This record gives sequence, C-alpha cells and structure tokens, in this order.
Amino acid sequence: MRWLLRPFAGLAVPAAAVIAALLVGVVLLGVFGANPITGYRALFTGAFGGPDELAATALKSIPLMLVGVGICIAFRTGVINIGGEGQIIMGAILATLVAIALPDVPRPILVPLVMIAGGIGGGIWGAIPGALKAYSGVNEILSTIMMNIIAGFFMSFLLEDWLIAPGAIKIQQTKRLTPNADLPILPGGTRLHLGIVVALIVAILGYLLLFRSGLGLRLRAVGHNQHASRAAGMKVELSITQALALSGACAGIAGAVLVFGSESHRLIGEGGPLAFTQSAGFNGIVTALFGGLHPLFTVLSSYLFGGMLSGGISLQRAVQVPQALVIALNGVVVVFVVSSLLLQNRVRRWAEGEVQMEDRA
Amino acid sequence: MSEFFTVAILTATLTSGIRQAVPYLLAALGEAVSQRAGVLNLGVEGVMLIGAFSAYYATLETKSAAIGLLMGLLAGMFMGLIYAFITVVMHAEQGISGIGIYLFGLGFTDLLFQKQVGTPRPIQGLKTKPMNWLAEDTGRVGELLFSHTILTYVAFLLVPAVYWLVTRTTFGLNVRAVGENPHAADTLGVSVNGVRAAAIVFGNTMAGLAGAVLVLDIVQNFQQNLTAGRGFIAIALVYFGAWRPLRVMAGALLFGIVSSTVLTLQALDVISGSVTSIANMAPAVLTVIVLVVVSRRIGQPAALTKPFTRDA
Repeated sequence: MRWLLRPFAGLAVPAAAVIAALLVGVVLLGVFGANPITGYRALFTGAFGGPDELAATALKSIPLMLVGVGICIAFRTGVINIGGEGQIIMGAILATLVAIALPDVPRPILVPLVMIAGGIGGGIWGAIPGALKAYSGVNEILSTIMMNIIAGFFMSFLLEDWLIAPGAIKIQQTKRLTPNADLPILPGGTRLHLGIVVALIVAILGYLLLFRSGLGLRLRAVGHNQHASRAAGMKVELSITQALALSGACAGIAGAVLVFGSESHRLIGEGGPLAFTQSAGFNGIVTALFGGLHPLFTVLSSYLFGGMLSGGISLQRAVQVPQALVIALNGVVVVFVVSSLLLQNRVRRWAEGEVQMEDRA
Repeated sequence: MSEFFTVAILTATLTSGIRQAVPYLLAALGEAVSQRAGVLNLGVEGVMLIGAFSAYYATLETKSAAIGLLMGLLAGMFMGLIYAFITVVMHAEQGISGIGIYLFGLGFTDLLFQKQVGTPRPIQGLKTKPMNWLAEDTGRVGELLFSHTILTYVAFLLVPAVYWLVTRTTFGLNVRAVGENPHAADTLGVSVNGVRAAAIVFGNTMAGLAGAVLVLDIVQNFQQNLTAGRGFIAIALVYFGAWRPLRVMAGALLFGIVSSTVLTLQALDVISGSVTSIANMAPAVLTVIVLVVVSRRIGQPAALTKPFTRDA
C-alpha cells in the first residue's frame, strides 16, 4: 500500500491545507447565512466552467505566476521578499514611462521593450532591500514592506498631476497608452492575451536559472547554508542582492502586464495600490509556497489560485459575500501550509518507510 | 511656512503626535515581549486590523466605546492563541506564517466591513480625559501633557509596567531565558513552550489593543487596510528600541510626531496635491533609515525565530 502512496506524499499536506482552508470558508459562508454549496459551486463554475471562464482564470493567474516565480528565486536563496506589491508598481511605472516616451516604436519592438522596462523597474525596487540586507544586515521583510508603502505613494504622487489623464474629472489614471504597447490578444475568441506566454516563458527561465545554471546553484547554496557557501568562496552578499533583484524583476514584469494587458490600457492608481496590483504581490507568495517553491509547479498553483480570484466574483454575485473572502482564505492557506511542514516531513518519512505512523500515534 | 512655527500650532502638533504614537507604542511593546521570548510575530498588522474592526463594530452596535475596547483586546488575545498554536506547537516558519496572519486579517476585516457595515459610519470614541482638569490652567504644557484620553495614559503607563515585567519578575526572567537559551531554560524546568505561548498571547493582545485605540482614539471610523503599515512599523520600532521598552517608546513618539507633522502641514495647506503623497512616505522612509542605522546592533534574542525541540 505504502509504495502506491509514495509519489503523493509531497502533495498530501498542501492538498489537506487547501481543503482545510475551504472548510474555514464553509464556516465563514455559513456565518453570513450563505449556502456554502451554492457559493462554492458558483466559485468553481465561475473559475473553470467554460472557455471564457478558463481564459479569465488564466488572466487572473498571470501576475500570480510572475510574482510566484520571483518568490521561488528569493525564498530559495533564503531571502523573504514581501515586496512584490511595490515591485509590481515600480515595474508598471517604468513600463508606462517607456510607453509614453516611445509611442511610435512598432509593436513587435515596443511590447518586449515595455516588458523589459517593467522587469528593470521591479528589479531595482528589489535590489535596494537586497543590497540593504546583504551589506548592512537590514531585515528584508520589514524593508520590503516599507518599499511597498513608498511605491504606493510614489504612484499616487505621479498620478496626482504629472501623469494624470487630461480632462475635467480627476481620476488617478494615465491617458490611454499607445496601442503599440498593447499585449496582443491570442487567437481563440477569448480575452486571453500574450501575457500568459510571457508568464510561462519567465517560469521556464526561472526554472532553468534556479536548477540548471551556476547562478541558481549559488543562490540555492546560499539559501541552504550561508556559512558553508561563504567558506566555499561564494559571494553571499552578491547572491542575496541578485536574488531580490531577480525576484523584483519578475514582479515588475507582472506590473507591466497589468498595465498593457488591462482592458483600459492605462496605469490606474484610483482605489489605492492594492486595487491596481490585485494583491498579487502577496498572493504570489501563497502560490509559490503552494507550488513547493518550484517555478513550474508555481505555474499550476497560480492557475488554481487564479481560479479562486476569478471565481470569487461569481461567488460574490451568487451569495452576496464579498470576494475579500478569497484574500482571507489565502491567508489561511499560507498559515496551514507553513504549519504543516512538520507533518509533511513525517508523512514523507512514513511513506519512505523510515517511521511507522502507528508508533507516533 | 512661518505659520507652522507658532507656539499654538507646534503644541497642537506635538499633542497630536503623542496621540498618534499610542498605536505604535502598544503594538511595539507587545512585539518586544514576544521577541524577547524568541518569537517573531509578523502578523501584528493583521491582528491590529482585527482588533480595530472588532472595536469599531462593537462600538457601532452597542454605542459603548468601553465594550469596543474590550472586544479589540479579546480579538487580539484570540489571535494570540492561534498564533501560539501555529508557531509553538506546529513549529511553523514565523516570518511566513506572520504574513499569512496579515493576509487573513486584511481580507477578513475587509470582508466583515463590507458585509456588516457597508459604507463607513463614524463612531463615538472613548472621550474620558482623566487629567483634563489639570490642563485648564496650565497653558500649553497642560495641553501637551494633560489633554489626552485615558487610553494614552494607559499606554504610556504600560512602558514602565512592561519594563518591570521583563526585568523584575520571574515571568520576565523566564521570557528572557527562553529567548536566549531555551535548552538551558528547559533543563532548569521552565516550560519553554508555555512561556513562549504566554508571551505571544500578550503580544497579540497588545496588537489588538493598538488596533482598538487607533479606531477609538484617532480615526473613529473604519476602512479597508485602516492600519496602513502601522503594525509593520511597530515591528521595526522593536529593532530600533533594541528590545527595551523605554527606547521603543522613544521610537513610537518619533513616528507619532512625524505623522502628526505631516497632518498639520496638510491642514495648513503648506503641502497639497501631489506633494502630500511624498510627505505620506515619511514614516516608511524613516523606517528604512532607522533599520539601516540600527542594523549593525547586536543583542537580538539568540533564539529568535527558532522553534524549540528537546532533541535538537
């Protein structure tokens, strides 16, 4: 029996974490007097019920994939990047500025250019706390959170009058940006655009970087044991800075996708930074953890969580429970996943026959 | 600009700065105790939000700020029990599980607010000003020191109380022991996990209280992400204050005064429009600078973030 279960040992605990989080959701829905079955059915069909729903879910999952891949790189280096929100915003800002500066560059050149600009914007915003941690020992969790706040106010500073769309009504958003930077819609009759291809390419590159390159080997070595890496002659400080810069770059690309893949093709700051980023900077942490900090599994888990987000809208419509429920449940998933690592190791050892489960009980 | 430098406005700014400092102070004092016991609680922001909403909603429904305060406190205590279970029993990675708590608090309070309240409705905060009778004929100094509500005095009295708790009681000795050397403490018969759980519950109760004070004494309303990073800044203040209550208080006052100065400048129209956004960055920028300045400081509890197991 045990050998049959062996390949699933790694999956059992994350799956249990999601089921547990969904059960918390049942309780919450119940408390609000909503029928949990109706709610979850709406969530599921809203997320995966047809081609349009599947495409909408893919759209929601793009920023999660990009941020998530970046989180894989940072966490595997032992650096906790909570700065995805700020990195998304700075990537979006730099990409927007490039599109404003070069409106007439042909589309096949401008689209890659704004994506790269996004990567650079986010990368710089990640490199700063990275260097602060590496060279002065500043706790990166706190500094990245502060960088989020700074980026949010910077966006509203720019949109307050410099970049605001001309017109009588003051809405914090840019004018419609050049169509040459629009992410092309993919064939198939849905709203799915090239952003998904960008996300998949970044995920594959992230995988190759982490597991098939010398740089990735060094990053993971630093994440595994800083002292040993230093003793082996590695530049630990440089690796930490690189990890946060790369992580920020991935998030920055997400920012560019959020601007040029949006239906309005603008940078919109109205409603606050969380509204623009769709909390992807935080939710990407959830999907990366859930994907076992592996870029390719993170793509899958991002798609699942993208389903939670796109289905959350249907859930809200069906049972009148705000979709903020999904953010709350994401928090529960994080807590359950990290709380269950102890159990996970036990399950794995049991599956490998080292520990008798009965002895533990 | 010169308008800002009248004595009346300076006094008002400092007075408001003291009030603004209270949520930072309460949350940071709690976090300091929790970290002295070896547990990093990054969920402070989320717990503050939960405390704030509980206080807000209870006050809205019962029209009693005292009940609101109590509810904020209890909500924090409850979150503390959960966080103690997660970190002490389940040995979860403290940095990440704290972020989980934050996300939960952010989403959950937004959910409850939208569902139960809808549009922001102001509440009557706690208006008791126990020292106000002294403020009437002591002029500016009186305004600065005696015009606050009871919560402010409680918060500042908690500074010596926490100092006494940590340095002069058996519980405080145990807290420091399990934060520095849990194995030695265990050998001496101290329940490492018990002491840590108690410190966590204390820390989260303070965070819940901080959220309640923010609602009852400062904003008197609620909105999504009301705390806007105050909980995270409070954690930074613990580093700034080198885990010592008095220095934590100095940091909280600094941040409170920076916040109130920005508010005053806005109210006087010295800064407006896009410059306001730049001014609003001040606390976050200051936090980064503070972290850089104190980063070389040693003296972090040796067992911070390390779960305790006997067989290690």
